[in-house]
Amino acid sequence: MAEPIRNRYDFVILFDVVNGNPNGDPDAGNLPRVDPETGLGLVTDVCLKRKIRNYVEAAKEGEPGYRIYIKENIPLEQSDKEALDYIGISDIKDVKKKDPDADAKIRNFMCSNFYDIRTFGAVMTTFVKGALNCGQVRGPVQLGFARSVDPIAPQEVTITRVAITTTKDAQNKSTEMGRKYIVPYALYQAEGYVSANLARKTTGFSEEDLALLWKAIINMFENDHSAARGNMAVRELIVFKHDSELGNAPSYKLFERIHVEKKDPTQVPRSYNDYTVTVDTDDLPQGVTCQRMI
Amino acid sequence: MAYGVKIECWGPYACFTRPEMKVERVSYDMMTPSAARGLVEAIFWHPGLRYIIDEIDLLSPIRYTNIRRNEVKSKVLSSSVSSGARSGREIYLYTKADIQQRAAEVLKDVRYCIHVHFEMTDKANAGDNPGKFREMLCRRARKGQCYHQPYLGCREFPAGFRLVEDNEPVVPYPETRDLGYMLYDMDFSDREHIIPEFFHARLEKGVMDLRNCEVHR
Repeated sequence: MAEPIRNRYDFVILFDVVNGNPNGDPDAGNLPRVDPETGLGLVTDVCLKRKIRNYVEAAKEGEPGYRIYIKENIPLEQSDKEALDYIGISDIKDVKKKDPDADAKIRNFMCSNFYDIRTFGAVMTTFVKGALNCGQVRGPVQLGFARSVDPIAPQEVTITRVAITTTKDAQNKSTEMGRKYIVPYALYQAEGYVSANLARKTTGFSEEDLALLWKAIINMFENDHSAARGNMAVRELIVFKHDSELGNAPSYKLFERIHVEKKDPTQVPRSYNDYTVTVDTDDLPQGVTCQRMI
Repeated sequence: MAYGVKIECWGPYACFTRPEMKVERVSYDMMTPSAARGLVEAIFWHPGLRYIIDEIDLLSPIRYTNIRRNEVKSKVLSSSVSSGARSGREIYLYTKADIQQRAAEVLKDVRYCIHVHFEMTDKANAGDNPGKFREMLCRRARKGQCYHQPYLGCREFPAGFRLVEDNEPVVPYPETRDLGYMLYDMDFSDREHIIPEFFHARLEKGVMDLRNCEVHR
């Protein structure tokens, strides 16, 4: 298996939405998520992780080592994969007594086969309770919530359709009304972290995996078009690479170097061109390099 | 308190889940000592030391918000892993069937100052001494280094952190309230039976004092 990564990374993703709903709130009838106090839009971490998983699944379909554990849809045809060179465990209950390393073997098996477990971690019952933090595998990649740069103004759009679902309704009316919510425009910022220590000690997240992660983030909305989403695109992926495992600077100080500003503060933003994004890279702390991946 | 260290931490969200409300998570009003310990351990930890939280200062007002998300219901089962591996069948989790919506009552815009000291354990190496450990923790916190990014209760709520230097004043947000019984920490001494410990928490002018507090279990 490939070598695990040796560097800590902190990264910022800027993505935007045009006339779409980036992440509906189940508590508010699928209205886009809004922070009620500030009016800023929200996109949860799990929403973005879902997109990364979907991209990897589509890009690496069937490749060994790049399977995705948490799937959205069952594949229609369950293709029989060739038998895995597995660890020779026949009966879990039996093996626990004989083989004290069984837990670690199962964990390694899951980590080496599943990209999402290697990246984000998973909660497994395979482990003897308590011996390994209640079976939790922490992955090296950690994502926070994305927040919009400016307050968003969700709009309700009422639509009609001429196809009626039930015959009973069809006798009484010729159209049905529907509703969708859109954000006319919003630019969101998400922050993320990659811990080299967790990669080395637990999941074996490698350089190739990291390259795939960046690719997945850049393309996460490209395969996610739908009627609800509108136009979404990742605009910036800014990566701070530390030249050590522990890191060379506080992540918040690095994130403060990214300035996202409206060109004209009095105008309502309606496109990415209404913003300027600058990164202070002149006097980066020693041992930190910054790369704009797009 | 010769080996005391102060760490300031903050973040836009935090969820220190009350154990009695775990399905629809509700956060405590204040960071728990166990969360504070975990946060410091994310920066530096060694088997040769054990952190003890002395005090947690509230630095910004207590505010709540609500987030509802689609969450996965089940865990990875050992039986399905082994059968999948033997037969070569694909294993996965089907989120459409295995999902539930859960709300979380989380804290917003939190900021705390953690006062922590540590004791040496018998797992320390011969060359280890408290001064060395303290220096390692301070150096990492000052430079922003960490083992993994610390978080405020859940991993999706990452925490910023910095070292508060010895002579630097800490100004708590003057809130006084009885917080009721709060989780102190989990007793991991017996791996098979992990026991939660509770204490009666009081916020006195923004300071939650944990020195000499009575721990119930």
